[in-house]
Amino acid sequence: MNTFRTIGSRIRSVVGSSEGVPRPQQDSPDPAAPQEEAATSAPESTGNAKKPLSGPAALKRQGPKGTQGFVTYADEPLNGNVPTGDPLTAWSRRKLDYKLVSPLNRRKFKVIVVGTGLAGAGCAAALGELGYNVVSYTFHDAARRAHSVAAQGGINSARAKKVDNDSLERFVKDTVKGGDFRAREADCFRLGEESVRVIDHMDAIGAPFAREYGGELRTRSFGGVQVSRTYYTRGQTGQQLQVAAARALQRQVGLGTVDLRTHREVLDLVVDDGRAKGVVVRDLYTGEIEAETAHAVVLCTGGYGNVYFRSTLAHNSNVTAAWRAHRRGAYFASPSYIQFHPTALPVSSHWQSKTTLMSESLRNDGRIWVPKAPGDDRPANQIPEEERDYYLERKYPSYGNLSPRDISSRAAREQIEAGHGVGPLRNSVYLDFRDAIGRLGKKTIEERYGNLFEMYFDATGEDPYTEPMRIAPGAHFAMGGLWSDYDMMTSIEGLFVGGEAGWGYHGANRLGANSLLSACVDGWFTLPYSVPNFLANHLGEAPLPADHPAVERTVAEVRERTDRLLSIGGTKGADHFHRALGDVLYSGCGVARTEAGLKNALKEIRALREEFWRDLRIPGSGRELNQELERAGRIADYLEMAELMCLDALDRDESCGAHFREEHQTPDGEALRDDDDWCFVSAWEHTPGKGAHPGKPVRHAEPLDFQAVPLQTRNYA
Amino acid sequence: MKLTIEVWRQEDTTTKGRFVTYQVDDATPEMSLPELLDRLNDQLVTAGEEPIAFDTDCREGICGTCGITVNGVPHGKVPNTPTCRQNLRSYDDGEHLKLEPFRAASFPVVRDLVVDRSALDRVIASGGYVSVDAGTAPDADTRQIPFKVAEQALDFSACIGCGACIAACPNGAAHLFAGALLSHMSTLPQGKPERSKRARGVVATTEEEFGPCSVYAECVEVCPAGIPISAISAVNREAARAAIRRNKDN
Repeated sequence: MNTFRTIGSRIRSVVGSSEGVPRPQQDSPDPAAPQEEAATSAPESTGNAKKPLSGPAALKRQGPKGTQGFVTYADEPLNGNVPTGDPLTAWSRRKLDYKLVSPLNRRKFKVIVVGTGLAGAGCAAALGELGYNVVSYTFHDAARRAHSVAAQGGINSARAKKVDNDSLERFVKDTVKGGDFRAREADCFRLGEESVRVIDHMDAIGAPFAREYGGELRTRSFGGVQVSRTYYTRGQTGQQLQVAAARALQRQVGLGTVDLRTHREVLDLVVDDGRAKGVVVRDLYTGEIEAETAHAVVLCTGGYGNVYFRSTLAHNSNVTAAWRAHRRGAYFASPSYIQFHPTALPVSSHWQSKTTLMSESLRNDGRIWVPKAPGDDRPANQIPEEERDYYLERKYPSYGNLSPRDISSRAAREQIEAGHGVGPLRNSVYLDFRDAIGRLGKKTIEERYGNLFEMYFDATGEDPYTEPMRIAPGAHFAMGGLWSDYDMMTSIEGLFVGGEAGWGYHGANRLGANSLLSACVDGWFTLPYSVPNFLANHLGEAPLPADHPAVERTVAEVRERTDRLLSIGGTKGADHFHRALGDVLYSGCGVARTEAGLKNALKEIRALREEFWRDLRIPGSGRELNQELERAGRIADYLEMAELMCLDALDRDESCGAHFREEHQTPDGEALRDDDDWCFVSAWEHTPGKGAHPGKPVRHAEPLDFQAVPLQTRNYA
Repeated sequence: MKLTIEVWRQEDTTTKGRFVTYQVDDATPEMSLPELLDRLNDQLVTAGEEPIAFDTDCREGICGTCGITVNGVPHGKVPNTPTCRQNLRSYDDGEHLKLEPFRAASFPVVRDLVVDRSALDRVIASGGYVSVDAGTAPDADTRQIPFKVAEQALDFSACIGCGACIAACPNGAAHLFAGALLSHMSTLPQGKPERSKRARGVVATTEEEFGPCSVYAECVEVCPAGIPISAISAVNREAARAAIRRNKDN
């Protein structure tokens, strides 16, 4: 039985309609008004496994439609194909429903996997191990360089071996609550359930997890939880997992099941008859534009936090593949949900290119404080104990320095704005190890955080063993991403998404150490089940030939766009626009947002985009290694995506997790959620616009159900 | 800070390269080397010249993408520190910097400071892995690994694959890289079932792709991951062990 796969057909009709027929528009901003209209414009048949919502309840759960003029709204709620019933057993029931491809038939299928981080390398390796033909793309010169490599602190797992009262249910509760009830609960159960084997597998393929003296796996605590479920390898967990995954991928390369193509950037998706059937890539070394077709495409292309220019992300992290897919019909979920990491390095100069992350694990032993007196200029060590404000310990006594990231970032911003910031630019707070060194000794601290301390010293020239670190909130993780259903399929049939490029698990705020986990779970233990379920319906079909009109058309469009970028002939390099965009977003769509600020950011983004297409300069040609061209293409996409981020933030008239609208806060300054109106995920559909500007996006709403973790106010006090 | 920067410019693998001298007048001590190149490239683009191609990504020393030879030393002046974590505070105002790609016969120049390091991946693909399929692993807690053994494995697995060891070696040998890989795997119980098989594959490819090791030990001076020198002896040790064990995999 495979009645789940109905989204694709519905999307096709929606995408089809965007070309000629004008989209239905809601004229009334009154959320209660359009009831009749929706009831009459419901599609003939959806055939969904889950009963489509209808009537007033459905409308209520599609949320207010208050941003008319900026966006438009779909009539029908979006169905996530979530298994009905107990979410605890949803994944095993769904797996049983999945169709299989027999081992002998697997080699008849080709799957393209884009990205070689933990999700991409895992998915490609696992599909290769199963016997499928995989073409794996990365823009890096080697698979192991993907940005999963930079995650420091650890990977969560609901192994619940200790007697600290952890369990799968508690993992889900922490994750759902940490995400401020904007995640899909059933996905979180899958995340927790598969987390157990993730540790086993990564350990087996050679990741040397930290061990106790008795030889068992060692764990530590992370923000937003009160148990110890984070597995780690010093401060380089991401690197160890990533290197292990890349080696597993290389093993398949050696065995011939995976064709790994490095230094190639995916610039577009080939969509034919509503289905994803291939990709168009640029060989970054030669400039050659190539097309590859397959039975299915998986995007594991990471997050887009780098849109802020200064972030904790790598220099080349980008949204291009995901954004190109979005432009081809894949919905983009919650683009405004960006996590600001509370322990990033502060900005200290114009040419500083990133706000390097100092792992959250430091908050296990470091204490965060600011001087009680605003503008206190004394060196940290000369400020006496009673004149220090350990504001996290004061405001959130039970979680203290391990309060969740969004809350910690907001608290830091509050202190900095109130004049308590420290450092030459007064834009940071202290993270102090004095007490921990006194209690545990320098050697233990060095053992735990040695490489992080070194990294801090390299970047700042200050010694964190003798004076406190200075940290500040920096753009970090994208909770939003391409929308997908429970089976990881996007709104384009045959296009799957995994890892940070997707959305499902983290709601409006990701818990520390859940990122490596979600990438591993998607890559190794979800996509290898759900992609074959899709493939099974297409046995006997051949991938599109290279000279198919859909392929040729897409290749021509990529060439045309590349030429257009090269021919602008302006005066400014791509980085100029990236820096400017980052400044616009940090002030307009940053740690805190307001309606006025967002509207202003929208204006600035549009102006910047116009300037970009008028005044960009790319020296050189497209037929060679041209890093300016690579950057320009990515920034052109960021300039479009930034608008959708702001529109999403403007539309979502509530505060939740990392999305903090100043208009909606409790008297204590905490995020004030509005579950009556906003308990759904916004999935945005692209519409074509004029010139360089995208059209008004269409909001689709997938209602979120919470069965195991009842809706409640997040309280970490 | 004012710096004179001499940079290797080369259009592609087949074209002959040359040094070109540039001037940056507003460098600051906290700038990293890639940030200095960002600054210089901004100047070049504004002047309508082609910017310098260089590899860079995470900029926090963990991805191993960056790699520039500065005044003859792979990665730069500060020992055991990757290019992206080398700051200008270790240079003086008015100093002359000579920037070249990583020089090694196994690393052909792609353009300017970008080199092709795919030979490293061919070493990994020839056996540098554990043959366990997804989902088939035993409970990781049933495999007890002493604390110090895990730490020792981590000392070797810390390699970021940047290739500086090869660029520093007068012979262009990759023994530190290959030895780190073999030592990591042979230290852990997970790596034992195919220890000999792995050694045969990895050592054969290392010898095919790279130069021989004469124990100059220049590699450990530059290695940003601080891989211990004992790694280089692991190559011959593991190869000899595998030879003695004839056709056995373990």
